[in-house]
Amino acid sequence: MAATQEEGKMATEGVGCCLRPFSCEQGLLSRPDGSAAFLQGDTSVLVGLYGPAEVKVSKELPDRAALEVLLRPKVGLPGVIERSREQLLRQTCEAVLLGVLHPRTAITLVLQVLSDAGSLLSCCLNAACMGMLDAGLPLSSLFCGVTCAIDPNGIIILDPTTQQEQEARAVLTFAIDSTEKKVLTATTKGSCSVVEMQQCLAAAQHAADTIFQFYRDSIQRRYSKS
Amino acid sequence: MAAGRGEAAEACVGRVVLPGDVLLLPARPDEDGERLRLGAGAAPRGRLLCGPGLRRCGAGLLVTKCGLLRHRQAGGGGGGAAGGAYWVDSQQKRYVPVKGDHVIGIVTAKAGDVFKLDVGGSEQASLSYLAFEGATKRNRPNVQVGDLIYGQFLVANKDMEPEMVCIDSSGRSSGMGIIGQDGFLFKVSLGLIRKLLAPKCEIIQELSQLYPFELVLGMNGRIWVKAKTVQQTLIIVNILEACEYMTAEQRKQALAKLSGN
Repeated sequence: MAATQEEGKMATEGVGCCLRPFSCEQGLLSRPDGSAAFLQGDTSVLVGLYGPAEVKVSKELPDRAALEVLLRPKVGLPGVIERSREQLLRQTCEAVLLGVLHPRTAITLVLQVLSDAGSLLSCCLNAACMGMLDAGLPLSSLFCGVTCAIDPNGIIILDPTTQQEQEARAVLTFAIDSTEKKVLTATTKGSCSVVEMQQCLAAAQHAADTIFQFYRDSIQRRYSKS
Repeated sequence: MAAGRGEAAEACVGRVVLPGDVLLLPARPDEDGERLRLGAGAAPRGRLLCGPGLRRCGAGLLVTKCGLLRHRQAGGGGGGAAGGAYWVDSQQKRYVPVKGDHVIGIVTAKAGDVFKLDVGGSEQASLSYLAFEGATKRNRPNVQVGDLIYGQFLVANKDMEPEMVCIDSSGRSSGMGIIGQDGFLFKVSLGLIRKLLAPKCEIIQELSQLYPFELVLGMNGRIWVKAKTVQQTLIIVNILEACEYMTAEQRKQALAKLSGN
């Protein structure tokens, strides 16, 4: 399998925390049209993409591609949390995907959680973006996911572990696009003030630069081999 | 840090571009949005073609797929990049029908006067029984379900069902039609097909020195191979499949081992 593996590690100043070391592997599955595995610290997600493929008449949309996201947890059957995360991922991907180029087709993303050690939703977002790049789907921009946690003392922690998420007062996840660093998706668990949310957003946008540079480096490595 | 935002297109040729990058085109000095040019000039000499992976946007070209940016000059040399075509060379497994592409299709159904073919895209393509060389209403081609057909797309866009034909514009088949018995059909990535179709491809030349064989390459990622014996066919299939991941030296070593046997 032609799989390319990349590692990235970066520190962000100003908030006193750094992102955990992350790495990515593309093209590791042979059956799907695109696949990627993204690791953030100990959290890892595997994604497989199929599309643009045939669609059932009941699900087809006349003017754009019908995007479906399936998220499978590590153990057990998918529950309500997985359904709500699937909708979040679907809306984020639809915002960047140029679905009008493939009307009456179906694009399916299947995500499998391999291990969960915190910041799962942002790992899923990053894996989905790398998977769409591997599948060659037309995108208007890239996106990345960053999770922030506000601990009881008010300190902002980026890319929290499970322990830090449980102790935190609020956990925020942002999906940020690559062209103007605008927010595509924001989801919050817990309570925080508007000012704190703005600070988290600024920290996330700063961290997003790192992740986009990592995307660029890993794609450059992949194309330099062929 | 985010390179490629608003960079000039010529500077990025041969480099990796990512979706969201905007490539600026050189401003043409004689372009004036306000005035219409009357006169003998037909198409303006510097018409730019926007190829796969690129879309026109306000400032220039928006990249929609990741890959290497390529450029081809229009006509003779000339200066600058005022004409010609830009496109993104990307690796992909899924095929999207494009008009004019030669593909291998598998017949899945016969519906009246039309055959339905699976070409690996999101929809099945249709092929009329009259679209073969020498076919008339009385002299129908002998096509069964499960046959392989090599043809080209007459109609292929996002809004309509793709249509294939097995004749060119002058009515000759020029190699298209039903692919014969035996042989082996397998699927590879689209990038490998483009590499094999390049003129003077080393892989094909080296393989032809090994055994004689027949080869049909479809732009939808499908390859059909037939050699004298089943074993030789399978050897060629394995080498072509492995070509995606092998470097040139590894391939030469593998072929040297095989021709030594």
